[in-house]
Amino acid sequence: MDGIAETPAPAIDPFDVGRPELYHKDAWRPVFEKLRADDPVYYCETGRSGPYWAITRYEDIVRVDSDPATFSSSHLLGGVTLEDKSNVTFMQMDPPQHTAKRKSVTPIVAPKSLAQMEVLIRDRAAKTLDALPRGEEFDWVDRVSIELTSMMLATLFGHPIEDRRTLVRWSDTITADLDDPDSPIRTEAQRGEVMREFYLSMLDIWKRRREEEPRFDIVSILAHDPDMRNAPVEEITGLFGLFLVGGNDTTRNSMSGGMWGFAQHPDEWRKLKADPKLLGNAVSEIIRYQTPVIYERRTALRDVEIAGKTIAKGDRVGMWYISGNRDESVFEDADSLKIDRPNARQHLSFGMGPHRCVGSRLAEMQLRVLWEEVLKRDLEIEVLEKPSYAFSNLVRSPTRLPVRIKA
Amino acid sequence: MKVTFEFSDSPEVVAEVNAGESLMRVALDHGIPGIYGDCGGQCACATCHIYIDAAWIDRIGTPEPGSTEEALLEGAPADVESNSRLACQVVLTDDLNGLVVRVPEGQ
Repeated sequence: MDGIAETPAPAIDPFDVGRPELYHKDAWRPVFEKLRADDPVYYCETGRSGPYWAITRYEDIVRVDSDPATFSSSHLLGGVTLEDKSNVTFMQMDPPQHTAKRKSVTPIVAPKSLAQMEVLIRDRAAKTLDALPRGEEFDWVDRVSIELTSMMLATLFGHPIEDRRTLVRWSDTITADLDDPDSPIRTEAQRGEVMREFYLSMLDIWKRRREEEPRFDIVSILAHDPDMRNAPVEEITGLFGLFLVGGNDTTRNSMSGGMWGFAQHPDEWRKLKADPKLLGNAVSEIIRYQTPVIYERRTALRDVEIAGKTIAKGDRVGMWYISGNRDESVFEDADSLKIDRPNARQHLSFGMGPHRCVGSRLAEMQLRVLWEEVLKRDLEIEVLEKPSYAFSNLVRSPTRLPVRIKA
Repeated sequence: MKVTFEFSDSPEVVAEVNAGESLMRVALDHGIPGIYGDCGGQCACATCHIYIDAAWIDRIGTPEPGSTEEALLEGAPADVESNSRLACQVVLTDDLNGLVVRVPEGQ
């Protein structure tokens, strides 16, 4: 290294909440607790993808998320992740464009569709639970969470059900963090290749659906939507990507997180068994407790003051849902799962404002049905180890949760 | 004053309410099924979507074009109609005594 000046490794900011290690090691709680108490609108100068603001209190997150005229989701400014991305779906648009585009996908998650899907979802949950081994260890993430959400995805996409794990592989590759030592890909070019494989497969289904009578899958609904029918191909594939990741990683994580939550709080499971009517609220509480999506980013469109700090036009702003859901001023004893928590429904896991999760009702239904079927069978499930978590700052994703069902 | 909540699959509920409160608050206080108000009434979630009876919509009015309420309604799970409102954005005044609203199916 003679003659070459060595750049010292930059000091790690302990309050850089964009570090995936924090979630991989499940070490985020005290960091956010301190930020909420001492510096709730924190400017991190040394973020991996550049400086950003960390909004960590509940009420400030609601304010940012509900004000798209000040805090933009636009792909032209970098979109909704700290890393600038140029994906274009309604998720990376502002009203009024967002409003019109989002509308084209709402029929798939409309109440009528949900009622239709519930029968199928219940049947699959029942079969999946009945096929689980009794008296021996297995991985709840793989055998239940991934299994059920991938079947749902296959249905949504009209993809062959027996090939559902390909959908999981695509989704995991799209969201993979390249700094993750276990990442399935090492470069953006590799990611591009896998996404191409996904898109080509979907476009193939798309072409067929356009020629067929409308049927019940997202590809068909979009292929027969007057606006989407002739939309540019990137817009169509972008939507497939959004549905893939939105429908895969989130519900899956709550299915795992609920299992872990009940293992940590066995009294809550007993409470639910004694009064199954609590399940609706319990589902919201599980989604709060887990917070499957850690944050979302906006970009400031003007200088704006929040909690005494001036955010400058053009700054990246991270709304840390995971922290808002632990805000003690809103959720008492926030680290505990309490299935009868009176304001569980006010969690931030779906976001707030015009971008609030479009599939929230479908997610809630899948979780409700899973736990109804577990209750019906009176399964006694013992969690054998703590979960491992993905190396990601975006999704709080348990990757393994060993359990055993009492024989 | 009185507000009537209608449903597609169950009998209507007539609630005795006070002027000055929001329609969402009143619905939650009376345990009206299908109105959730997840965001606590900050016009941020669209889980208090309701249809205002035709006889009352002119008095209450429709959301401002380009408003957050309009954007949220477009994204709500139940179909948006010309008489759709978010209940948190409707403040009950004395002249709304007798108001009739319908709760969307499966909100």
